[in-house]
Amino acid sequence: MAGPSTYQPASGFTRWLDTRLPILRLAHDSFVAYPTPRNLNYWWTFGAVLSMCLVVQIVTGIVLAMHYAPSIHDAFASVQRIRRDVPWGWLIQPIHAVGASMFFLAVYIHMFRGLYYGSYKAPREVLWILGCVIYLLMVATAFLGYSLPWGQMSFWAATVITNLLGAVPVVGTAIRDWLMGGFAIDNPTLNRFFSLHYLLPFLIVGVVVLHVWALHEAGQNNPAGVDPKEKGDTVPFTPHATMKDLFITVVFLLLFGLFVFYMPDALGHPDNYIPADPLVTPTHIVPEWYLLPFYAILRAIDFNVGPIDSKLGGVILMFGAIAVLFVLPWLDTSRVRSMRYRPIAQQFFLIFVVVCIALGWCGAQQPAAPVIPHPAFKADLRWVEGGTSATRTVTATSERDAVAGFEAAAQEMRQAGAQLVLVNRTSPTQATLTGVSGGTEQRATVQGRDLDALEAEIGKRKASLGAASVPFVEVDRKEPFVFTVTRFSQILTAYYFLFFLGILPLLGLRETASRVPDTIAKSIRGGAH
Amino acid sequence: MRAHCLAALAAALALFATPQAHAETQQAHPHAEKWSFSGPFGTYDRASVQRGFLVYETVCAACHSLRHLSYRNLGEEGGPFAAYRVFNEETGQHETTLGLHGGHEGKLVEIQDNPYVAAIAAAVMIPDIDRDTGEATERAGRPSDRFRSPYPNPIAARAANGGALPPDLSVITLARHDGANYVHSLLTGYSDPPAGVDVVQGKYYNRYFAGGWIAMPPPLASADMVTYSDGTAATPEQMARDVTHFLAWASDPKMEMRKSLGLQSMAFLLVLTFLVYLAYKQVWRGTKH
Amino acid sequence: MAETTANETAAPAASAGETRRDFIFIAAGAVGAVGAALTAWPFIDQMNPAADTRAMATTEVDLASLQAGQQIVITWQGKPVFVRHRTPAEIEAAQRDDYAALKDPATDASRLVQANGAAGKPAFLIVQAACTHLGCIPTFAAGDYKGWMCACHGSQYDTSGRIRRGPAPLNLALAPYTYLTDTSIRIG
Repeated sequence: MAGPSTYQPASGFTRWLDTRLPILRLAHDSFVAYPTPRNLNYWWTFGAVLSMCLVVQIVTGIVLAMHYAPSIHDAFASVQRIRRDVPWGWLIQPIHAVGASMFFLAVYIHMFRGLYYGSYKAPREVLWILGCVIYLLMVATAFLGYSLPWGQMSFWAATVITNLLGAVPVVGTAIRDWLMGGFAIDNPTLNRFFSLHYLLPFLIVGVVVLHVWALHEAGQNNPAGVDPKEKGDTVPFTPHATMKDLFITVVFLLLFGLFVFYMPDALGHPDNYIPADPLVTPTHIVPEWYLLPFYAILRAIDFNVGPIDSKLGGVILMFGAIAVLFVLPWLDTSRVRSMRYRPIAQQFFLIFVVVCIALGWCGAQQPAAPVIPHPAFKADLRWVEGGTSATRTVTATSERDAVAGFEAAAQEMRQAGAQLVLVNRTSPTQATLTGVSGGTEQRATVQGRDLDALEAEIGKRKASLGAASVPFVEVDRKEPFVFTVTRFSQILTAYYFLFFLGILPLLGLRETASRVPDTIAKSIRGGAH
Repeated sequence: MRAHCLAALAAALALFATPQAHAETQQAHPHAEKWSFSGPFGTYDRASVQRGFLVYETVCAACHSLRHLSYRNLGEEGGPFAAYRVFNEETGQHETTLGLHGGHEGKLVEIQDNPYVAAIAAAVMIPDIDRDTGEATERAGRPSDRFRSPYPNPIAARAANGGALPPDLSVITLARHDGANYVHSLLTGYSDPPAGVDVVQGKYYNRYFAGGWIAMPPPLASADMVTYSDGTAATPEQMARDVTHFLAWASDPKMEMRKSLGLQSMAFLLVLTFLVYLAYKQVWRGTKH
Repeated sequence: MAETTANETAAPAASAGETRRDFIFIAAGAVGAVGAALTAWPFIDQMNPAADTRAMATTEVDLASLQAGQQIVITWQGKPVFVRHRTPAEIEAAQRDDYAALKDPATDASRLVQANGAAGKPAFLIVQAACTHLGCIPTFAAGDYKGWMCACHGSQYDTSGRIRRGPAPLNLALAPYTYLTDTSIRIG
């Protein structure tokens, strides 16, 4: 794709330099003459936006590191000092904090674009995997950075995430203590997190270089998903792609600025303005928005599967959700790159996007909260008015047979004419049975919005009946099915993995793609984009 | 394709619009007040911040620290006691005034020379170490001193408050959802508990507080706990508003600076966007894509 | 295909079109460059002393306990400052050399002036402790002039803190001080 170099040194100096360090040739071939498919749409500009984000984060980060104090006693105060006293700190600190969110916003757009247009397929597998590595490094960097202000969310996010490692069988605890440098999140942890938070962005830069190298080797994919065949299929990177990238980058800066200047704290959590307290956990801890989908997957697993307990299961699925991206090039069996020509896959993809957003929503909710308003909790009440009651004590032979024994005795009483029988277990092997007979049987149903309300209603009804005429009331509680956030997350998680492990592999074998144009030029004339 | 996108977006939005699951407590939502500092052009009401500082010093400071602020902050650009050298046309002399009024031009007085801040700081005794003996001692405050904390450490604070720790107020309006409204609602939200709610000994019912029972006694229970020099009637409601305004300033003193730079930056970026768009279209002119 | 290529390359545009085109590029480039330059400033300025550093406390010194022939070193704005109670002999030596061949000429009286312009007291000399060569702290009452001598590179100062010998170019810098009472001063 790169083709022979077209660089022509213009001056004596550049000719001299070109034979010693052909750096201008490299720049020219990579960023000027580099042939770019002419049909790229705006979704292809986010690589440039991401480069901008990376530079902004590194520059502001280096500045903040000049003023930040990585000690549990000073960290929170030093951030306050940056915001209050350091010249321009009130601007630079919010840029860095908001910048993390902007970075992830851009990377998600970039990733979904790659998914939709099949940018991971041959010959771009390595390009895609390098991108996944960058994303993983970004997540790690963001997590480490979030702990530095040493607010309540910093501390508890660090605690929760390091505890994830405790889920690893056998060596989990040892790894966790190694990472924390102690037995809880403390000063040693903060120090190393700061060091690593400073290091990782430079690793990202390194992988980005590889990512761009791989891109220039394989050439850019394009909305049609067909390789450029003739010269007219491409335009030179500069000025065509650079100007377009620049335009979207500036538009993106508008959004960036909107948050920095007018809503610097909108994407953060108020609890992080409370200094870290190892003795108090906030009532509702959530990660930053960009990690919410993974948090939802982590929490979705509330059941054990064989030897894997629910905690380890959640951890496996959470990491699996990222790991599956690494093998995606070999999971998708379709030979058609762009989903533009895969009408069925397109539908599944759109569902996938909604699922990811929904997972993010789930991650922000309390796990036990109902997703949709559920029907009321109900209980059927039965009692007998004006009857006579008889009491009988039953002793079972063994604890194991007790319940069956009591039920048999109750059955006996029913057959003897009791309308209602109350079994009141007094010891593991003993129960007092009260039977009522000869009165009029009454029924009623009470309901409440939740279990507490239901109990209150039952209590009220019992009290109104009075103990004198009614010896007891039989209560049969019927819990409605509550569609909790956890349940919803489970369905969404299932779809997430089904999409990668089931739909993409199978669909590629069965579907009928619409006609793929032979050339980029044809796809442009076809009009659809 | 576009219709699909819209449908997907609508579905996603509908999801977010689902009412939030109710919190575990029956905590009331803060009452939405009108504040001069809200909105993209909002600024602090300097007079209110000044009055609020008086309320803080007189009432709140007995229990609540403000440890990330120094007295000098009061006199810095945008602070409630920023002083200016202004030319008085009537007397033909330069004089120092508190704040800028009526569109006058003035130069901010350096913090070392600000008489208002010096007086405020000097009225407070600050713990220090005697230079000769190394003994703990106290001296009059200076503008560079941090606000004096009422307790030497959190344990002492808890011990003096029945086990409850009065939070530091430096960033209180950022540290709570809907911060300013929350603080104001909390200060004015004390009442008798509703029927059927069990009374918690040593605590006070406040429907805006998580759990409903707060250890802080109603701090602004009666009128005239402070005397405002500008003649404003010191009703509990007025004091609550003013101290909230002060705490909003204390939490985010650079807010006005940020918004004004924001306006310039956004205007600049819009122009740049327009120009870059033209340049981009120019480059691609005649290239079908 | 053919027609697009033609459009791209031929460009038989009138010169007016080209002017407009150049204008757009120049305008966008210029505005962008101004923006970049303005953006750079906060990132440079942030390294300047912060507000808390600039407002660093003034330092008050009690002179009553300082005996003649002694000095104390105190910190002001994070820097060491000499407060020296000179003996009559030292004062005399300082005044005698007022018009000697000095590298950085200054009278002893001019080195005692307070921050507000009032004259100081000959007994108390208040100067910054950093050698004007490369910032070491000179040793008290050492060297040929019995003022200070800097052990780092051999600069010698007299009892008025004036440079007399060695690589240092200037006299020890004055510290801005004022008398609060007869026996106490404030620096800063």
